[in-house]
Amino acid sequence: MIKRLVSYVMAMFLLLPAIGQESLLTEMEDSIPSREKVTAAFKSTRVINAHSVEMLHKGNLDFRILHRFGNVNDGVKEWFGLDNASMRMSFDYGLTNNLMIGIGRSTFRKELDYFLKARLLQQTTGPGAMPISLLVATGSTIWTESSDPYKTNITKRTAHYVQLIAGRKFNESFSLQLSPILLHRNLIEAWDTDNTIFAIGGGARYKVSKRIAFTIDYHHALNSLPSTNTDPLSVGVDIETGGHVFQLHFSNVVGMNERAYIAQTTDEFFKGDIRFGFNLSRIFKLGTKKK
Amino acid sequence: MKKVLLVVLIISASLQTTIAQKKFISKTAKISFYSKAPLEDIEAHNTKALSAFDAGSGQIEFSVLMKGFEFEKAKMQEHFNENYVESDKFPKAVFTGNIKNPGDLKLDKDGTFKAEISGTLTLHGVTKSQHVEAVFYVKNGFVTAVADFAIAVADYNIKIPSLVAEKISKSIKVVVNVASYQQR
Repeated sequence: MIKRLVSYVMAMFLLLPAIGQESLLTEMEDSIPSREKVTAAFKSTRVINAHSVEMLHKGNLDFRILHRFGNVNDGVKEWFGLDNASMRMSFDYGLTNNLMIGIGRSTFRKELDYFLKARLLQQTTGPGAMPISLLVATGSTIWTESSDPYKTNITKRTAHYVQLIAGRKFNESFSLQLSPILLHRNLIEAWDTDNTIFAIGGGARYKVSKRIAFTIDYHHALNSLPSTNTDPLSVGVDIETGGHVFQLHFSNVVGMNERAYIAQTTDEFFKGDIRFGFNLSRIFKLGTKKK
Repeated sequence: MKKVLLVVLIISASLQTTIAQKKFISKTAKISFYSKAPLEDIEAHNTKALSAFDAGSGQIEFSVLMKGFEFEKAKMQEHFNENYVESDKFPKAVFTGNIKNPGDLKLDKDGTFKAEISGTLTLHGVTKSQHVEAVFYVKNGFVTAVADFAIAVADYNIKIPSLVAEKISKSIKVVVNVASYQQR
């Protein structure tokens, strides 16, 4: 009996230092909620052409230079399209972490565009997690070309859009988004049927390494557009270096604003009317306090 | 004999409580790191690190969520989490160590106490031994602690692409500051 007790007590003493070696922090860590924002579903605020579920952070200025070259199947005479380039330059700015604005200008039809984009829902992890991110983007385009044969006024030259972007980062590599868009053009060509187009957009990215991801960006109009119109499709690769994101891609798209790529894409991707293009994004932090 | 055993039991129980009384915790430990490279100085701060130490045994621990480090540039923060420390795979960094001379820390009177801590730092899935010299301050029963040490990025299998080698230092200075430990 006593022997048994002695061994029991000895066991207790042996256990003491063992208890001491246990992590001091275990209980504390459990008391902290693990709810976190899911960030970096896409590398950039655009999948390729379309708005992505990513936003600029407050005070960040994104200077973007976009190029779309000529068709690769123009052959060696046009240096596989590289002799011709259409471009758009833009400045986007994050007013808050959930609200950004941007202004851009394209050489294609000398079009100005501006937009406002806001985050409504943020995907999170942990208890009570939000499964998706939801954003809304709205903007206008203004056709500034002076060679307008219709001599139209400024109202006629504008088009407006509103777009919802719902997306989810499924895992570290794969993100997917759907983006229905309503586009209204005040002026349409004679062969166009509707001023207002409703289209569904889809975008995805798959990360193959820490700094490289494949992307795809596609839109399909639900209206019956003129038979010359085709669905804009772009496939590309995002390459991230320290301060830049390079988005290199092949697509059938010339226009780089919402009106142009949804309503004015006429090349057929699968018949080889493919052009090379790139987006270059450089982010500057503004309003930094000097220490 | 049974009485003796009872006394031993009581002593061991009371011993446990006195050890428990010497435990200190903080949920607001500040951990900062600094990288000084030719082209860019980088710093980040995390003010929500957890820390606990046992004045009796000298055991001391830190745990910090990598996503809680705040950078001045949002893109830098994103790259830190996505490309360097891979926070989704390795969400936290943990330091566990032992103060070599815990008996020198007098909690009941004001003063400073230099501590030699040897332990291990786990970061980016790699555990390395780490020696830290820390200073504890005791004032009116409040305990604060500061420490700094340097770690080599390569030790923790964090790769810096040659393209940005001029922007990120290979050696990172880590500064730890626990403003107020709470006794529990």
